[in-house]
Amino acid sequence: MREFNKRVDSALEALADVHDGATLMVGGFGLCGIPEHLIEALRVKGIKGLTCISNNAGIDDFGLGRLLQAGQVKKMVSSYVGENKTFERLFLEGKLEVELVPQGTLAERIRAGGAGIPAFYTPTGVGTPVAEGKETKIFDGREYVLERALKADFALVKALRGDTLGNLQYAFTAMNFNPAMATAARITIAEVEEIVAVGEMQAMHIHTPGIYVKRVVHGRTYEKRIEQRTVRTRPAAAVEGGAS
Amino acid sequence: MSFALLTREQLARRAAREVKAGMYVNLGIGIPTLVANEVPVGMPVILQSENGILGMGPFPYEGEERADLINAGKQTVTLTPGASLFSSDASFAMIRGGHVDLTILGAMEVSEQGDLANWMIPGKMVKGMGGAMDLVAGSPNVVVVMQHCAPDGSPKVLKSCKLPLTGKRVVKRIITDRAVLEVRSEGLFVLEIVAGLSFEELQACTEAKLQKSPEGVCVLSVPL
Repeated sequence: MREFNKRVDSALEALADVHDGATLMVGGFGLCGIPEHLIEALRVKGIKGLTCISNNAGIDDFGLGRLLQAGQVKKMVSSYVGENKTFERLFLEGKLEVELVPQGTLAERIRAGGAGIPAFYTPTGVGTPVAEGKETKIFDGREYVLERALKADFALVKALRGDTLGNLQYAFTAMNFNPAMATAARITIAEVEEIVAVGEMQAMHIHTPGIYVKRVVHGRTYEKRIEQRTVRTRPAAAVEGGAS
Repeated sequence: MSFALLTREQLARRAAREVKAGMYVNLGIGIPTLVANEVPVGMPVILQSENGILGMGPFPYEGEERADLINAGKQTVTLTPGASLFSSDASFAMIRGGHVDLTILGAMEVSEQGDLANWMIPGKMVKGMGGAMDLVAGSPNVVVVMQHCAPDGSPKVLKSCKLPLTGKRVVKRIITDRAVLEVRSEGLFVLEIVAGLSFEELQACTEAKLQKSPEGVCVLSVPL
């Protein structure tokens, strides 16, 4: 019988079968919506030779940057890796493989992987180094390049809220790559800030249906670092309650 | 004759004139980000950010910033009333599908055919293209904001790009600190030039072949 209680007690337990050389999808955009606890558990577990499909590579001492520092990552598949000195050093020393993929193509390759579409034609990257060695085809007078779907052994995603059926709801732009990745791996592991009883989340508020999620772990506290804290000064009148 | 190059703020101010009421707009990082501040107050424009926002607002007031709400430049932002949030795959479907009316972004080089190079310099550490290739391939209207020449004076508006491309035949309009150019099927046309710079002088610092707009060349004038 299918086990519908997907809750596991710890991030380490959730990662029990993640092995050396595994291909992982890791959700997040910059440091926003990254599975902090699962990444930390990967570091503690110490497995190596990982291929990580993730839009970015974290920063030096947070997010995937920690796994890079520990030498656990063999290859990154990303769209932008500019915030990370460790990444640069490892790459220049030849200790890290990198596949740079346009962000929309990366998102669609993952979506396709989860949706049973093996490849698709896109206008993105035509005439650029990205299209080199790939099939192209003209449709209605415009050239498109054939891109292959991406799949992974494990997807590590982060949601605001989840239940024991694996239904997930994301917060603001912490959604980003998480929902697509949740669909595209053999085993999807979700960490959530809040775990609720089945039925507590309204059906129409669920972003990722539980069918895609194999394990749910409660993350409890979150560091949630901000890469670029940009603010504006409150007008003086507003602070003083409009008196002027 | 002497002339003054447009400042970063003036470039943003001029680029803002490309933004029309009712448009959905995506702004790139750097000078294009400043364009948001130069759109006339009250003009109905909706900003898209490719990490999953339609209806991006200004930076939050101090103390109200949240880690879960950022733009594609990883800066903390707010939402405008009526904003919506979605996943990266949905966001790029929106972009690639041509639903975002206008994209404004920076460039290292552009060609007279509208080719754009802005993501890698061979021999230097490559950081990645992010969403730029998808934005220029998907947007029906790509406007580039850039310095007309490199710091050493070499031209950046070229017959064909020397750097690896971000997109081929994608740029519609080029706004530089010296001129506004339009890419048409018959070539590269000059619409505006800063005061004090002649067409010939502009051509001299441009590798691409320039033509005067048949509608006339205006003075590129932007308040400081």
